[in-house]
Amino acid sequence: MPSVLGPDYSLPPMEEAIIRTDGLKKSFGEVQAVKGVDLFVEQGAVFGLLGPNGAGKTTTIRILTTLLEPDEGSATVAGFDVVKDAVRLRPVIGLAGQSAAVDENLTGLENLEMVGRLYHLPPAVARRRAMDVLERFDLAEAAHRTAKTYSGGMRRRLDVGASLVGQPSVLFMDEPTTGLDPRSRLVLWELIRDLQREGTTVLLCTQYLEEADHLCDRISVIDLGTVIAEGTSEELKEKIGGEVLELHVAAEDLPRAAETVRGLGTGDPAPDEETRLIRIPVGSEGPRVLLETVRRLDDSGITIDDIALHKPTLDDVFLSLTGHAAEVALEESGEAPPVAEKKRRRRDR
Amino acid sequence: MSAVTMERPVTTNRALLSFFDSLVVARRNLMQIVRIPAVLVFELVQPVMFVLLFRYVFADNILIKDPEIIALGGYVVFLMPGIIVQNAIFGATTTAIGIAEDLKSGLVDRFRSLPMARSAMLAGRATSDLIKNFILLLVVIGIGYLVGFSFQNGLLGALAMIVLVMAVSFTFSWVMAAIALSVKKLEAVQAAAFTGIFPLVFISSALVPIAGMAEWLQVIARNNPITHWANLARYFAIGEFSTMGGSPEQLILWSALWILGLLAIFMPLSIRLYSKLT
Repeated sequence: MPSVLGPDYSLPPMEEAIIRTDGLKKSFGEVQAVKGVDLFVEQGAVFGLLGPNGAGKTTTIRILTTLLEPDEGSATVAGFDVVKDAVRLRPVIGLAGQSAAVDENLTGLENLEMVGRLYHLPPAVARRRAMDVLERFDLAEAAHRTAKTYSGGMRRRLDVGASLVGQPSVLFMDEPTTGLDPRSRLVLWELIRDLQREGTTVLLCTQYLEEADHLCDRISVIDLGTVIAEGTSEELKEKIGGEVLELHVAAEDLPRAAETVRGLGTGDPAPDEETRLIRIPVGSEGPRVLLETVRRLDDSGITIDDIALHKPTLDDVFLSLTGHAAEVALEESGEAPPVAEKKRRRRDR
Repeated sequence: MSAVTMERPVTTNRALLSFFDSLVVARRNLMQIVRIPAVLVFELVQPVMFVLLFRYVFADNILIKDPEIIALGGYVVFLMPGIIVQNAIFGATTTAIGIAEDLKSGLVDRFRSLPMARSAMLAGRATSDLIKNFILLLVVIGIGYLVGFSFQNGLLGALAMIVLVMAVSFTFSWVMAAIALSVKKLEAVQAAAFTGIFPLVFISSALVPIAGMAEWLQVIARNNPITHWANLARYFAIGEFSTMGGSPEQLILWSALWILGLLAIFMPLSIRLYSKLT
């Protein structure tokens, strides 16, 4: 019989999935934040939950980390039911939430030691683990400074570090790079890849397609509380048709330019009189089509005002999967399902 | 499964683990005082101000005419035990504020996702606030001595008063925890905590004798637990006095019943609210 509270016990025999949800539903008053999410995450994967604010990502993660009980449906993590076996589940998971949940008045080391003690590690072990994590997150030099003096990036790293002190087998990260500068973002991405190499399963919420693309083995696209697409990043991109070449020319050249580049991409060029823009779907042949386009237009004496390869973004994914934009910019104020969802639903009607 | 370690936990005894968890949390809370001692200084301002205001504004005013109070050694002797009970209750509002701050910062989410006991965050907060309120109590007693108060019922009486006041403070920490976990928003928590407490303290024998109140207020005041606690604290501090409202044994019984009753309601309620947070 494994110990119920300590980290010292073995996991039950794993089926194929380390995270599995069936028909997960959760409402807050009138608002259905999650309306039937099904997930299947293989052990050792970095799994992406991709969607705009208010899509239900945070609610899903909160259910999986035992912070919320679902209204309907079930979920197991590492073989434990998130409701019935919550006490046995908590020792094997780690959570890096949306806000950097660190105590400002404690030093970096004290913050991590505290978390270690609350995983019921002996003091010496908690301290050693805390130091290891600080080393690893490039925070060793700031170990004895209070977290108040940390920059935003350092705080976020400390927060993610705190979720690792217990050496979880499943790590949940809710938009870990939101608000980080590009360098800190890269550091965090590298860390996530390292964790995966060490066998940790990571469930990552993000609103950035680029991030999911870089890190995740599989991605579930989630919107309005349901999963609307699932697959590898390649599969998802195929679904939305890959890259697009965008070409700006003078208004009078528009028809001739469109004719000149016809047949180069994977579909017909679409000229837009108003914006003087020609969009050419190029699949994965972007660079070749770009070069050939420049060559042909140059030969025909057409001046190119601007030309760019446009990689599919979250907006494109959403546009193509749901017919509405992700509205990332509009809802930057934080995941607020009630307002955000009502707003969008109204617009859809 | 590389991630699962074979290091032994400290113990596997559930009750012991809950206790250790609470200590870890209490230590963390107390670090705030160590790191920002100014917080403690600011928290002292209010109780000291109350002592001085009541001592000097009220004492030389109407109540000095009460021969009972003059016989005790003046209003300050009547006032101090009562205001100490009041401060213990006001001091417990930091429990509500601390919890609301942790809710806001996301630390509560972190704690709730950890394998620590469900009671530990609240018990840890109640414990650290108890220690903080003990420090405040000693300072307030010191100020009391400076403005004319002294214990007149022996060392044991003084110690008994301190124990009673700390028990009241601990009890109200749990009431405050329930308020914080229901209201959640920091500003609202502050407002809710003080709005509840002010009338409760003022309609009691903490600051003035009940006999001077309107008839209907007297009914409330007599059944207010703060009246029992203030009277008992007064008895422990200065010995028997005429407006005690019962024998010492009766006061002890009523005071203990109120403390245990409130704890029996608000401890499980707070822990339940904490477990069911959304």
